[in-house]
Amino acid sequence: MLISTFISKPDTVSAIMLRVLLALLPGIALYVWYYGPAILVSITLASITALATEAAMLRLRNRPLKPFLGDNSALVTAWLLALSIPPLAPWWLVVVGTAFAISVAKHLYGGLGNNPFNPSMIGYAVLIISFPSHMTHWLSPHGLGQTELGFADQLAFIFGGHLPSGIKLDAVTLATPLDTLKTQLQLDRPLKEILGMPIYGALAGKGSEVVALGYILGGVYLLFKRIITWHVPAAFLGTLFVTAGIFHLVDQAHYVAPLFHLTAGAAMLGAFFILTDPISGPTTPMGKLIFAAGAGFLTYVIRVFGGFPDGVAFATLLMNICVPLIDAHTQPPVFGKKDRGAK
Amino acid sequence: MKLFPIRGGVHPEYRKEQTSEKAIVALPMPRMLYIPLQQHVGAPAEVLVSGGELVKKGQMIARSQGTISASQHAPTSGRISVVTDVAAPHPSGLPQTTIILEADGKDEWADLPEPIADPFAADLQVIRDRVAQAGIVGMGGAVFPAAVKLNLGTQYKLDILLVNGAECEPYITCDDRVMREYADEVIDGARIVARVMGAPRVVIGIELNKPQAIEAMTKAAAPFSEVEVVGVPAQYPMGYAHELILAITGRETPAGKRTAEVGVVAYNVATVRAVHHAVRFGRPLITRVVTVSGRAIREPKNILSPIGARVADLIEFCGGFSAPPAHLVNGGPMMGEPLPSLEVPVVKGTAGILALTAEEANNQPTSPCIRCGNCVTICPGGLSPIEMAAFIRKDNLETAAKLGVMDCISCGSCSWVCPSHIPLVHYFNYAKGALKEQELERRKSERVKTLAEVKTIRVEKISEAKRAAMAARKPAPAATPAAGAQPANAGEAKTASTAEEKTNA
Repeated sequence: MLISTFISKPDTVSAIMLRVLLALLPGIALYVWYYGPAILVSITLASITALATEAAMLRLRNRPLKPFLGDNSALVTAWLLALSIPPLAPWWLVVVGTAFAISVAKHLYGGLGNNPFNPSMIGYAVLIISFPSHMTHWLSPHGLGQTELGFADQLAFIFGGHLPSGIKLDAVTLATPLDTLKTQLQLDRPLKEILGMPIYGALAGKGSEVVALGYILGGVYLLFKRIITWHVPAAFLGTLFVTAGIFHLVDQAHYVAPLFHLTAGAAMLGAFFILTDPISGPTTPMGKLIFAAGAGFLTYVIRVFGGFPDGVAFATLLMNICVPLIDAHTQPPVFGKKDRGAK
Repeated sequence: MKLFPIRGGVHPEYRKEQTSEKAIVALPMPRMLYIPLQQHVGAPAEVLVSGGELVKKGQMIARSQGTISASQHAPTSGRISVVTDVAAPHPSGLPQTTIILEADGKDEWADLPEPIADPFAADLQVIRDRVAQAGIVGMGGAVFPAAVKLNLGTQYKLDILLVNGAECEPYITCDDRVMREYADEVIDGARIVARVMGAPRVVIGIELNKPQAIEAMTKAAAPFSEVEVVGVPAQYPMGYAHELILAITGRETPAGKRTAEVGVVAYNVATVRAVHHAVRFGRPLITRVVTVSGRAIREPKNILSPIGARVADLIEFCGGFSAPPAHLVNGGPMMGEPLPSLEVPVVKGTAGILALTAEEANNQPTSPCIRCGNCVTICPGGLSPIEMAAFIRKDNLETAAKLGVMDCISCGSCSWVCPSHIPLVHYFNYAKGALKEQELERRKSERVKTLAEVKTIRVEKISEAKRAAMAARKPAPAATPAAGAQPANAGEAKTASTAEEKTNA
């Protein structure tokens, strides 16, 4: 073994990934609280698929199984993807998305550390483009739907596609708060009236805004453990806030207040867990600021002017493309040199 | 005093408590001492003794040769056994010419040069000569001949002598102990050095994790208004002179330049103490304090060791190993090098000998880089280790050089922080070596090219001369060809020597 320093920080990739999984737990707990245990089924499905795909790809690539299966990185991809798609999605949707993420987005590019794009977001993009209707099965939060499904009914629907007789899918699912806002605005309904609808809570969607708080909690843990730095969350949320704020100030009747955007959809998940993925992000502090600010701006543009229900996934992927360029132009100044390291 | 922030750095566990409270103890004189001719940067010293000769303690046994070199002295009295090749204290373990001295146990001093009565009135050249005579080199690890450094005052306008007591390497406590136990000697040596260099101020920088050393030094410095002791944050690699100077003065030494460019010269605490001994007592540098530590050492100690004692002697003095060592280190755990064997000697630059257990070393298998960027954030040199390593792996050394690999100080912060345990500094040391070699090759081929050009000119001139001679012969066959050739040859010789000067420069 080559040795550079004789001591090293007691840290490993697998421990870092494990802490990311831990940090997701508060958000997941609140998710279960508001939407029922169906999400746990998707997370389990995604985890199994991820590990199986990882093992298969490692075998195909003649790589050792043990160190890579134990690094927990496939699980992070699986959990983030599961949290990005509707909990009532059919089982094969989760499996297809995860398998694509691990096999194509991760291993075809060279496995851990070499994927230029965030694998979870690639998985999400494939699903939303290929199966848009199945990606709308968002459960209505606790207390809002016409009826609620028991866990057994949820399982029956996920694996068999059957709902209990007399219940229609529309009765148990709802369009997301971001989607509702967009469609209602297109119907020329005044913003105030839209936000008065029962699905909206204090800041954004009822339920989802609380889950977002759970993600913040996990994010603070990651910051505290120095697994992520402040640059990405601050720049992403800051830019999203400022962009939304400018539109809101100019036209309050059509553009919702910035805090809505921060707590709606995948903004918090993106700020603390998706955009902070080190592999597909820049390595320099300044690069991280630029990367996350770009993603914040794009998220807003896609949400408000685009055709997709949320913008975080595509904003992330678009900014992933720019990473080599950003890295090359944000090298820190070398000690004792006035000019920058590299161009 | 207001301090300036330094960039990056890491906070490894210092683990100095194993030896920090252990007073310096002298090693019982080993029977055999191994004194390499090269314990410093520059040319090896020239041997003055031969096998069978009797020497006294402090007698010069090898003389410095060339502008950058340092003399060696006998650490005790005895008989020169032989001058031969012995494994060097370098990872390669390559043989190096070494004087082997068999101690006679009497430890008799030779006639030492007279002490300099008042070093603050004495002629500067007398002090410079004394420091050169004593074979003193930088004892913080740079092992640059101290006397050569003393002359910097004549080339640069210096305002601060920085005495480096940062000692940022984990485990190592030799400077800490020297400052605590011999503060007056350190201060006196520092004042002498400052006078010779013409630096009006002396600043002693000590990391805040050594409060007793700061206290002792502050007390010893109190009578002297020009001396100031400054506590600096414990932030590895604070002990790297450029970082310490930046932290204390806010001056950033230009890349690839000497610190004298910004008016500061740095000396290690042990080095200025050696100057004190040379000037006040005429004693050459024949001992140094070595920290022997690590959890595999039964009884870690700070040892006053004669130069030339084998590492094995020191470890034995510490009760041997208490656990099988996973690593034997020459120096600190961050920048130290693997010891090729226990038979190699302690030299002037040996600050520490570590025997680490596998558990405390925590060497994990390398996994793929996850681009976390920690190495970029903590690099004190403002480099991008992740990018440089990527290019070096692809053997694209030119791009690595453009990214600044030659500005890497090999402090090891990136390797320490890497969660994937990638041996980054190894890559950089490899690249630095390979690039230096390429540069030498380039210079060599350039020289060959110039010589070839000169030759072409010469050949042309000769043939021209011949033609001229032929032409001259036709109308006047009496003229000799030699007359034409002579000046051409002289001209050619001159061109060649100018070309040589250029390539040498």
